[in-house]
Amino acid sequence: MKGGHDLGGQLEMGPINPEPESQEPVFHADWERRVFALTLATGMLGKWNIDESRHARERQDPLAYVQNSYYENWLEGLEKLLVEKGLVSIEELGLTANTPGQTTESLLAPNPQIAQEILSFGAHSIIKTDNEPLFGNGDSVLVRASQTAGHTRVPKYAQGVIGTVVAKLGCHSFPDSNALGVHEGKFLYRVAFSGVDLWDHSSTQTEVLIDLWEPYLDGAGN
Amino acid sequence: MPHDHHHNHEHTEPPSDLELRVKALESLLVEKGLVKTETLNAIIETYEHKVGPRNGAHVVAKAWTDPGFKQALIKDATEAVASLGYCGRQGEHLEVVENTNDTHNLVVCTLCSCYPWTVLGLPPAWYKSAPYRSRAVSDPRAVLKEFGTQLDEKSVIRVWDSTSEMRYLVLPQRPQGTENWSEQDLQQLVSRNSMIGVELARSPEQKGEGDK
Repeated sequence: MKGGHDLGGQLEMGPINPEPESQEPVFHADWERRVFALTLATGMLGKWNIDESRHARERQDPLAYVQNSYYENWLEGLEKLLVEKGLVSIEELGLTANTPGQTTESLLAPNPQIAQEILSFGAHSIIKTDNEPLFGNGDSVLVRASQTAGHTRVPKYAQGVIGTVVAKLGCHSFPDSNALGVHEGKFLYRVAFSGVDLWDHSSTQTEVLIDLWEPYLDGAGN
Repeated sequence: MPHDHHHNHEHTEPPSDLELRVKALESLLVEKGLVKTETLNAIIETYEHKVGPRNGAHVVAKAWTDPGFKQALIKDATEAVASLGYCGRQGEHLEVVENTNDTHNLVVCTLCSCYPWTVLGLPPAWYKSAPYRSRAVSDPRAVLKEFGTQLDEKSVIRVWDSTSEMRYLVLPQRPQGTENWSEQDLQQLVSRNSMIGVELARSPEQKGEGDK
C-alpha cells in the first residue's frame, strides 16, 4: 500500500538532528514506556501477528503518520487492532477507565515470567517447504510494481529497478499474506542494487541491499 | 509538548491528552484482564535497563580479540550471539556485516523501525525518524556527515534496508593503537552508533565519551 511509512528516498524531510548517544534516554516520556509495554503485552495474547501490527500503524493518513511521533503511531495501531479484533469497543476507548467493558472471550494475559520467556524465545519467521527457490545467486531480478492495496514490504524506491541476487535467505513468512492472517512461506532473497540504478549517476560508490520475497521479483536475465 | 519545558514545574503541569489517553487505555486493558500491570513493568524494565547496546559492544569486542568467535559470528550471527546469552525478540535472524578498509556498512529500516533488539536494545529516536529513514538509502554519505563521520572518498557504502525479519549489526573496524587492549577495555570504544554504522568506533583518545 502507499502510505506515509514508505519513506526511502523521500525528499525534504529535513535534518536528522540526532541526540548525542550518551544523553539519549530509551524513552522520552512515561506514556511512551506504557505504549511500548502495552503493545508487547497485548501482542502476547496471540490475536495478531507482527505484520498485522505493522499494517495497523501504516493504515493512517500519510501526513498524520509522518507528523505523529513514533509511539503515537504505535498507539494508533494498537487501538485499531484492539477494536478490530473485538477486544475492546470504540465506545470503551472513548470512555473513562472507570467503566469496565465486556470481554467476549477469555484470554490469558501472561504474567511477568511468561512474558520474559516469550521475549527471550522470540518468534522465528522461517517456514518449511519442499519447493525450490526460483532465483539463484548472481541472477538479475526486476522488482515488480506493487499491486497490493494491503501491507507489503517492497519499498517503492526499489520498484521497477533491476538488482542482483546476492544471497538466498530461505523460506520466510510472507508479510503480504501474514498481514491478512494467512501464514504462508515464500523464498526470501538479498538483492543488491547500485546507487546509480536506484537514484542517479552521482550515487556511485553506494550499494543498497534489500531483502525481497520471490513474489516481488521477476527474472531479468543473467 | 510536555517535555519541552520540564525544567522546574513538571509536577504541577496537567497531563497531556496523550498521557490521559494512554492511562485510560492501560486501565481499561487491566480491568478487562487483557494485560497485567506487573507484566508491563517487567517489559519496560527489560528494555530500559537490561537489553541494550552494551550487549552489542560485548559481541564486537569479542570479535576483535577472538578470531574463532569472529569467524562463527560472520557465519551464523544468531547462534554466535546466543552463545553469549543474547537471544530473543527482534534478533531471531541476525546477521553481522563487517566494515573493512574499502567498505562501510550502514543499517536502516525505511518502512518502519526494524532493529536488532537483542544486541542493541530499542532504537534511538533518530533511527525511527523520517529524515533518517528517507535519506539513509538515497544519500548515505550526507547522512554520515550529519553524524560527523567522514569516509574515504573511494570507499563503498553498503546500506542495509531491513525489510524482512533479518536484523543487521555492523562490525566496526578495530581502532588503531589498541593492539594490547583487553576485550573489556575495547568494549568502551564500541558506541551504539558504530554498530548501526553512522559512526566509526571511538579512538583510544575518545574512550571516555560513552560515560558522559
